[in-house]
Amino acid sequence: MYARAATWWTILRISIEERLVYRGDFALGTLMRFLPIVTQIFLWQAILATIADGDVKGYAHGDMVAYYLLTMISRAFSSMPGLASGIALQVREGEIKKFLVQPIDFIGFLLLSRIAHKLVYYLISAGPFAFVFFLCRGFFINGWPEPEVFLCYVLSLIMGFVLGFFLEATLGLIGFWWLEVSSLLFVYMLFNFFLSGHMFPLDLLPEPWSLLVDLLPLKYLAYFPASVFLGKVEGVELIRGLWIELAWIVFFIVAARFLFWRGVRRYSGFGG
Amino acid sequence: MTTAKRAPYLQVFKTFLRNSLVREMTFRSNFVIQCISSLSWTVMNLGFYLLIFSHADQIGPDTGWGKYEFFVFLSTTMFINTFVQAFFMPNAQEFSELIRRGNLDFALLKPIDTQFLISLSKVEWSACANFMAAGVLFIFSVWQLMARPENPLSLSWFAIVLYLFYLACGVVILYSLMISLAATSIWLGRNQSLYNFWFYITNFARYPMEIYQQGWGLPLWFLFTFIVPVLVVVNVPARLMAQPVAETSPSTTFLAVFAVVATVGSFVASRWIFTRALLSYRSASS
Repeated sequence: MYARAATWWTILRISIEERLVYRGDFALGTLMRFLPIVTQIFLWQAILATIADGDVKGYAHGDMVAYYLLTMISRAFSSMPGLASGIALQVREGEIKKFLVQPIDFIGFLLLSRIAHKLVYYLISAGPFAFVFFLCRGFFINGWPEPEVFLCYVLSLIMGFVLGFFLEATLGLIGFWWLEVSSLLFVYMLFNFFLSGHMFPLDLLPEPWSLLVDLLPLKYLAYFPASVFLGKVEGVELIRGLWIELAWIVFFIVAARFLFWRGVRRYSGFGG
Repeated sequence: MTTAKRAPYLQVFKTFLRNSLVREMTFRSNFVIQCISSLSWTVMNLGFYLLIFSHADQIGPDTGWGKYEFFVFLSTTMFINTFVQAFFMPNAQEFSELIRRGNLDFALLKPIDTQFLISLSKVEWSACANFMAAGVLFIFSVWQLMARPENPLSLSWFAIVLYLFYLACGVVILYSLMISLAATSIWLGRNQSLYNFWFYITNFARYPMEIYQQGWGLPLWFLFTFIVPVLVVVNVPARLMAQPVAETSPSTTFLAVFAVVATVGSFVASRWIFTRALLSYRSASS
C-alpha cells in the first residue's frame, strides 16, 4: 500500500517538474486567453445597449462580463487540451505497450499527470487571473456568494475537472477501434464550444434547444459552475444539478474503464 | 540576375493548385469530412447570431447593423477568411516546420521568389465548402435587404466592383499579417503559438468596429484600425455593401481611403519583415 502511494507520488512530482519547464510561455498564454472574451464583452455591451431594459433573460451588462470571466475559471478546470488525441496517438504508435507490461494503471497515470498539469497551471495563472478579476471586480454586482453556495461552486469546479477528464479519456480510448479520432474530436470540440456555455449563457436558448443542453453533460464543463456562482441556479435545483453531474462522472468512469478493458483485449502490439 | 528569365509565376501557381487538388482527392473521405466539419462550424456560428437577433434587433444602438446587414457582414468575414484559409494558412503553418528542420534551404535554392513559393505551395480545397456557404448567405441577405419595404437596398455595379476590390484588400492585409507572424519563427526557431496568436488578433475583426468605439474600447479600436489594421479588413467592404446610406458619410469615405493605404502599407511592411527575417536564417543541421 505504502509502496503504491510512493509510486503515485513520484509520478505526480515528475509531472509537476516537467510542467514547470515552460512557465514563462504558460503565464503569457494565460493572459492571451482572455483576449477572445474582450471581443465577446464588447459585442454584448453593444447588443444590450439596444434593448430597452438593458438585459436579456436576467443578464445585464455586468452579469454578462461576470459570466464570461467565470466560464474562464470553469474551463481552467474542465478543459483537457491534448488528452484524447494523446491517448489515440499512444494507441496508434504503440506507446501504450509500456503500460501493459508495467505495473502502472494507464488511466490512473494520465489522471495524475493531468492533476500535476492543472496544479502548475493554477500556480502560474493565479497571477494573471487575479489581475483580470481585480480589474473587473465592479462587474460582480452581487459580490461573493454565500459560504455554502461558494462551497457548492468549488465542488462543481472539481467535479467539472473529473467529468472533463473522463469524458475526454473515453473519447480518446475509442482510438483502439478507430485509430484516427481527430474528426470525432473536432465534432466534440464544436459541440463543447457552443453547448457547454463557453460561447454564451445557455439559459438564453429558446425551447427545444434548452432541453437538449439540459440533457447533455457538456453544460457542467462551463455553464453550471458559473451559474452557481452567480446565483442563477439555487436551492433544490443546485443540489439536483450536482447529483446529475455526479451521475455523469460515474457513467464516464465506467465507460472509460470498459473501453480500456475491451480495447486492450483487442490491441496487438508489434516490434520493440 | 537581371538577364535571367522571369519565372513563370502563373504556371507555377497552376501546378500548385493541381497538385493540391490531387493530394486532397487521394484522401477523398477525409476531404468530405473536412468540408462537413467546417460547414457545421459555420452553422453553429450562424445559430449563435440568430440567438442574438432573437433578443435584439441590431448590434449597438443606431449603428445600422440589423439582422441582414450583419449577415452581409458575416458572409464578408467568411469570404475573406476562407480565402486566407485556402491559400495561406496551410503554408504559414508549414513555414515554421521548414525552418526548424532546415528544409527552407530547398526553397531558397529554387529560381523563384521565396515568399511566393512558401506562401502558396499548398492550397486547401476543402475551404471551398465554406466559401459557397458564405455565397449563399450573402445572396440571401442582400436579397432580403433589397426586398424589404422600408429603405430597400439598391445595388449598383459600382458598389459590387468596390466590394470585390475591398475584399481583395482585406485578404492582402490578413496575408501580410500572417506572413509577418510566420517570419518571426526564423528568429524564434519555432513558433507553435502562431495559430493561437493569429486567432486572437483576427478575433477582433469579426464584429462591426462600432462596438469598440466607446469607453475603454477606444484604445483597442485605435490599435486595431491604425497600427494593426485588422478592423478595416471586413468592416470596409461590409459597410459599403450593406449600408450604402453611410457611403456618403465622411467617416466611411475616410475609412475607404485609409483601407487602401493600410493595404499597401501592410504589404510593403510584411515584405520587408520577410526579407529581413530571411537574412537571419542560418539553416539547421544537414
